[in-house]
Amino acid sequence: MNRLLGKLNRLIIASIILIAGVTAERTGLIEYLSDPYEYPVLFELFLQHLYIVTVSMTFATIIGIVAGIILTRQRFRRYAGVCMYIIGLGQTIPSLAVLALAMSFLGIGTRPAIFALTIYSILPIARNTLAGITAVPASLIDAGRGMGMPPLRILMEVEIPNAMQVILTGFRVALIINIGTAALSYVIGAGGLGDLIFTGISLMQTEKLLAGAIPVTLLALTADFLSELLGLLLVSKGLRLSD
Amino acid sequence: MITYESVTKIFGTGRDAVTALDNVSFTIPKGEIVVFLGPSGCGKTTTLRLTNRLETLTRGNITIEDQNIMDMDVVELRQRLGYVIQAIGLFPNKTIAENIAVVPKLLGWDKKRIWERVDELLRMTNLEPELYRDRFPAELSGGQQQRVGVARGLAADPDILLMDEPFGAIDPINREQIQNEFLKLQAKLKKTIAFVSHDIHEAIKMGDHIALFDRGRLIQYETPEVILTQPKNKFVADFVGADRALKVLGLMKVSDVINRKPKNILRGEDDAREALKFLDEKGFRYGIVIEQDRPIGYVNQKMLKYESGPVREFVEPFPLFLKERTSLRDVLSFMLMYDEVTLCAVDEDGRFGGTVTYNDIQKVVRESYADEAESREDEVSP
Amino acid sequence: MSTLQFMLDNSAQVFFLSWEHIWIVGLSLLIATPIGVPLGILITRHEQFASRVLGGANILMTVPSIALFGLMLPILSVFDMGLGKVPAVIALVLYSQLPIIRNTYTAIRNVPPSLVDAARGMGMDKWKRLREVEIPLATPVIIAGLRTAAVMNIGIAAIAAYIGSGGLGVYIQQGIERVYPEMILSGAILVSILAVIVDGAMAALEKAVTPEGIKVQRRLMR
Repeated sequence: MNRLLGKLNRLIIASIILIAGVTAERTGLIEYLSDPYEYPVLFELFLQHLYIVTVSMTFATIIGIVAGIILTRQRFRRYAGVCMYIIGLGQTIPSLAVLALAMSFLGIGTRPAIFALTIYSILPIARNTLAGITAVPASLIDAGRGMGMPPLRILMEVEIPNAMQVILTGFRVALIINIGTAALSYVIGAGGLGDLIFTGISLMQTEKLLAGAIPVTLLALTADFLSELLGLLLVSKGLRLSD
Repeated sequence: MITYESVTKIFGTGRDAVTALDNVSFTIPKGEIVVFLGPSGCGKTTTLRLTNRLETLTRGNITIEDQNIMDMDVVELRQRLGYVIQAIGLFPNKTIAENIAVVPKLLGWDKKRIWERVDELLRMTNLEPELYRDRFPAELSGGQQQRVGVARGLAADPDILLMDEPFGAIDPINREQIQNEFLKLQAKLKKTIAFVSHDIHEAIKMGDHIALFDRGRLIQYETPEVILTQPKNKFVADFVGADRALKVLGLMKVSDVINRKPKNILRGEDDAREALKFLDEKGFRYGIVIEQDRPIGYVNQKMLKYESGPVREFVEPFPLFLKERTSLRDVLSFMLMYDEVTLCAVDEDGRFGGTVTYNDIQKVVRESYADEAESREDEVSP
Repeated sequence: MSTLQFMLDNSAQVFFLSWEHIWIVGLSLLIATPIGVPLGILITRHEQFASRVLGGANILMTVPSIALFGLMLPILSVFDMGLGKVPAVIALVLYSQLPIIRNTYTAIRNVPPSLVDAARGMGMDKWKRLREVEIPLATPVIIAGLRTAAVMNIGIAAIAAYIGSGGLGVYIQQGIERVYPEMILSGAILVSILAVIVDGAMAALEKAVTPEGIKVQRRLMR
């Protein structure tokens, strides 16, 4: 709860600062935003950005969590180290390079962007799922087995709930990186808010630049805040008591 | 009841193979607590875990109520047995009620029945349902958590409980209390219980029978009394401790040795000189003084010499009185503390019940160990 | 492969851009560390600021890098430094703060209090303690933080090519603009290799700096 309030605090402050900074530029920006020709374009780019993020995060979350769970199962445990190392290597590669590589093989547009973003977002989620489940005390699993809980039941009612906090952190990190990298995906033709930023830079049009940069930042901060909120929903109260 | 037939368990293969259990056979009678006792690595926990198939048998059979455990579905088997472990293992993400409800839910009970059972179990383990039902394990103390662990094991009302050092994680003071509560519960429920422990005191207290293991072998399987008075070999004798005579006394009560009609009774109103004569003639060194059916103390010949008047004026009071259920070990302790060789037992109203003397105690210990003395002579001397 | 051919044909340029890239990242770390590490140490001594400092650095990290560049542009344009290496280095320094400060803070706090107590009991003053006990034990984790910062910065520096800072990102940017696949791939592959090498080197450094006693302890705990 404390963390949540802290983040809300910071979100509000950051928003205020950004809006204040914007007001200094208000001559350019506000006019630009209220221009009936520009407004729908802005909105469309925003939705496009949201679209790329949502689709890639959905894939990444599903794949990441499933992969993480599989690697904790008895049979596959020994591959865990190797797999994590390989995926980790993937994350060392700069995001721009991943986008560029995706473009080289898949062309331009939203598809390679979503592909690259998915790959890039899998690691934090998979790694945290693996770590979270591994950290569940063995005595809990033993108690569950001994009582006659079938393995699936144990996974759903014991392992995942107890790993949820860690998994959620991985999700949050992935999401924030994803939003930032999605802004980059403009350069491989995926549109999104990056369009405004990059165009603004090359054309030296501050209002365009800010019209892109501010929403992206606010989006990232809001995503951060919403992830914490998600934690309140998904993490059992019994586990938060020790905070 | 549970029958273990030539149970053998070997971990690993080839040169690294470890024989955890070697040809163990015994039976746990229905409605009894059998304590699996022994030092670490002796195989007691392995035996327990073989019973609910958390470990797999290498050789031998285990049957529950004449049904081989290998013929049952493993998940069904485990749901039929209650399982309580040392680490307690309450799921921190579930409430107390949800924790207890786990097995009933697996068995498909309907909601109403489950929540009624949860409240019933909480009351049985001395936890107020309204207070504890919706709490989480993190909010409870160790002792409370362990009680919930026991409740959880009893949730589906299994006939059989498997308990692996269930009270080990609790501090000694609370542990004694929980042991007592559990024994009371068992007296009512009469479950068949396999109870693993490494503590001889706990084994003597809790067990109807003790199965003593050493390095994978079952060394002795007897009642606590027999194990204490007739240890089979040096290992058993060492394990139960050199003070086993005192431990045996812990199992006996005043009512086992009390002399209800001692001959050396005097009355408070008797005259001192008469009393002295009485003691002298009968050859008693001292006499118990009773007044209105209650003992008030004792007198010996020296105290009465040259005195006249009612005996009650010269009486030396007893430092305390025993109850019929006081253990002989405590009686011996009192005798040593107060330097008395005779103490009296009284009922709730303080009325005289009988005497216990040091000789009485010594006699009963000697009789217990009479057999051991004989068998000792057959042993090869070191 | 044609990409390899491209790199060989333009080897001088490859070296130059790589050097530029390394220079930007190296300079930013050189500036960031003397800011971050002392700050990290400071907040271990004054816990009340810990949450605010760490929170502030956290916000910084949440801002997407390209957005940060965008936000800095109008401000720095006033000094005619909106584009080029200056905003790049500033952004990199800012982004490095969180991993460095957080790791320093955690590392020092994780030094077992009993050790600090023993040191104090032996008569070591605050600075000696820092030097002889706390910092040596904390160094591996601090280096880990630098490692995170370094790898992250290599990635962000690639993006900074778009605001004119040079470096290997130029190949990616120019390659896309001119539809020159070999250039794009060269840029992507080279910057990836750089990241992996630096990550590996920092990992080795981390290991080298771990006191022998800790290594033994870790091995025995497994």
